[in-house]
Amino acid sequence: MSIDDKLSTVKYTSDIYSHLNPDNDKCLNCQSKCCTIVCPANVYSWDDDKKKLTVNYENCLECGACRIACEKKCIKWEYPRGTKGVTFRQG
Amino acid sequence: MNSENKVDVIVVGGGPAGIAAAVTLARADKKVVLIERGKFSGSKNVFGGAVYTQPIKEVFPDFEASAPLERRNVKHKYSILSEEDSTTVCYENKKSVQYGSYTVIRAKFDRWMAEQAKKEGVYLVEETVVKELLLENSKVVGVRTELEDYYSNIVILADGVNSLLAKSINLREDIKPKDVALSVKEVIKIGKDKINDRFNLNDDEGCVYEIFGGPMLGILGLGFLYTNKDSISIGLGVALNELVEKNIKPYELLDKLKAHPTIAPLIKDGELVEYSAHLIPEGGYKKLPKLYSDGVLVVGDAAMLVNNLHWEGTNLAMISGKLAAETAVQALDLCDYSANILSQYQKKLENSFVLKDLKTYKNLMDVMHDRKYSFLEYYLKKVNAFFEMFVSVDSIPKRKKYIDFIKSVFTDRKITELFKDGLSGIKLLWSIFK
Ligand SMILES: Cc1cc2nc3c(=O)[nH]c(=O)nc-3n(C[C@H](O)[C@H](O)[C@H](O)COP(=O)(O)OP(=O)(O)OC[C@H]3O[C@@H](n4cnc5c(N)ncnc54)[C@H](O)[C@@H]3O)c2cc1C
Ligand code: SF4
Ligand code: SF4
Repeated sequence: MSIDDKLSTVKYTSDIYSHLNPDNDKCLNCQSKCCTIVCPANVYSWDDDKKKLTVNYENCLECGACRIACEKKCIKWEYPRGTKGVTFRQG
Repeated sequence: MNSENKVDVIVVGGGPAGIAAAVTLARADKKVVLIERGKFSGSKNVFGGAVYTQPIKEVFPDFEASAPLERRNVKHKYSILSEEDSTTVCYENKKSVQYGSYTVIRAKFDRWMAEQAKKEGVYLVEETVVKELLLENSKVVGVRTELEDYYSNIVILADGVNSLLAKSINLREDIKPKDVALSVKEVIKIGKDKINDRFNLNDDEGCVYEIFGGPMLGILGLGFLYTNKDSISIGLGVALNELVEKNIKPYELLDKLKAHPTIAPLIKDGELVEYSAHLIPEGGYKKLPKLYSDGVLVVGDAAMLVNNLHWEGTNLAMISGKLAAETAVQALDLCDYSANILSQYQKKLENSFVLKDLKTYKNLMDVMHDRKYSFLEYYLKKVNAFFEMFVSVDSIPKRKKYIDFIKSVFTDRKITELFKDGLSGIKLLWSIFK
């Protein structure tokens, strides 16, 4: 089962603003791009053409792993606003 | 200061720690606001998992009568998986386990606890994120939410493992990847009858299943499986630094665990109901943050109070919440909210199982990080190799097989490794029993 199929079982209320804001200047020089590895929701991917980190914040499970793992400690990481984000029905 | 918005205590975070703190305060006739960022308590929370009867009773004595419980656990299984084979131990007591546990669904159970707290006078504010703490002369005097400011004499931080708030006032350092485990989990619907057949259970009896090795051989990680009423919760937790260093995606690891020949039949033909993820604090005693300061107390995961070897967290959360609230009641009665008075909370924790247990295991994670290849790969495989040898009928004399097996322990690896393992083992045992 693909990660997208897994994520399709999760209930989200998307915001129009991203609560995850990496500093792309730092990402440019980041060796590991480890946010793209550890994230359990595959939120981050590196776009090599645009030299930019793509952030699918709508899929975020709000675990906090990327904030802690980030090689450059450069993710401005907030909780989504109170009415937004993930709602686990099982948990 | 807006006196309308001033209460005795603000509790941030409506998980087990925050709810236990809030309801304890309400019972002592204190004005308490409990602020939760999710749509309802539990809607942001993920665990294995099982909640433990005795500690819950300390806060909700009659919970068994009305709480949403899945199954009463009568069976505890432990498996060591190698790539293909496995060895399993199972403890079973169907009659009575006096201090037992129940599996629960957090979205239901936390919500139930919060409702109870509300009935007992807690003012519950949901769908509200506390953005920062309000300080006056470096004393915590309230919180700022997205919409308004709330003031109180004491703030209890029960905002979970990420506790951005404890960090904001320097009660803790930023967490290191090695001090948390990232956990991914799937709830898989199987049906009550099939679960009872596959796990050899009756009615609402449940099984707790801990899994070592498999796709996590040589990695600091642990798998778990719990039976719910008609679904199974399966997941694993892996030290975050391991995922980074070994370049592993957490959900791919879980897929491998689910495909292991020992596990696959248990979840066969199941339907994925929900995928989720959460961090677990793993730093233990050595990484405890500062637990109090002027006007503020830290409880539960926010204080890193988890006993990871035993999958205990909700109990440490609830008892720490209760002890913090009892300290707050004393402080309120004395009208003194200084660190000096609030330091009683730490004393109470030290006298309880909470800090005693964390102290007992204070060296465990260091040893595991240090010797993970030995303890989480080599010996696990060796256990399975022993049983493979033991059950193989191959016309080789048994005595020779035993001697070869024992020899292999000395020749598989450099002898110094064996020596180091022995030393680590002794050190660990010494730190547990001294
Ligand atoms: C995979 C996994 C398996 C586990 N298995 C078990 C088990 O089987 N048994 C067991 O006892 N323990 C288990 N644990 C540990 C247990 O889940 C935790 O220790 C426990 O939930 C901690 O309770 P808490 O109230 O401190 O934190 P949490 O349960 O995390 O609650 C924190 C609450 O604060 C809210 N919050 C956070 N920040 C803010 C903010 N700024 N404003 C408002 N609200 C906020 C969150 O939404 C959340 O509701 C497991 C943990 C994991 C991750
Ligand atoms: S790990 Fe941090 S610095 Fe590196 S790409 Fe990801 S967000 Fe950017
Ligand atoms: S918080 Fe967790 S789920 Fe969200 S982007 Fe970061 S790692 Fe991914």
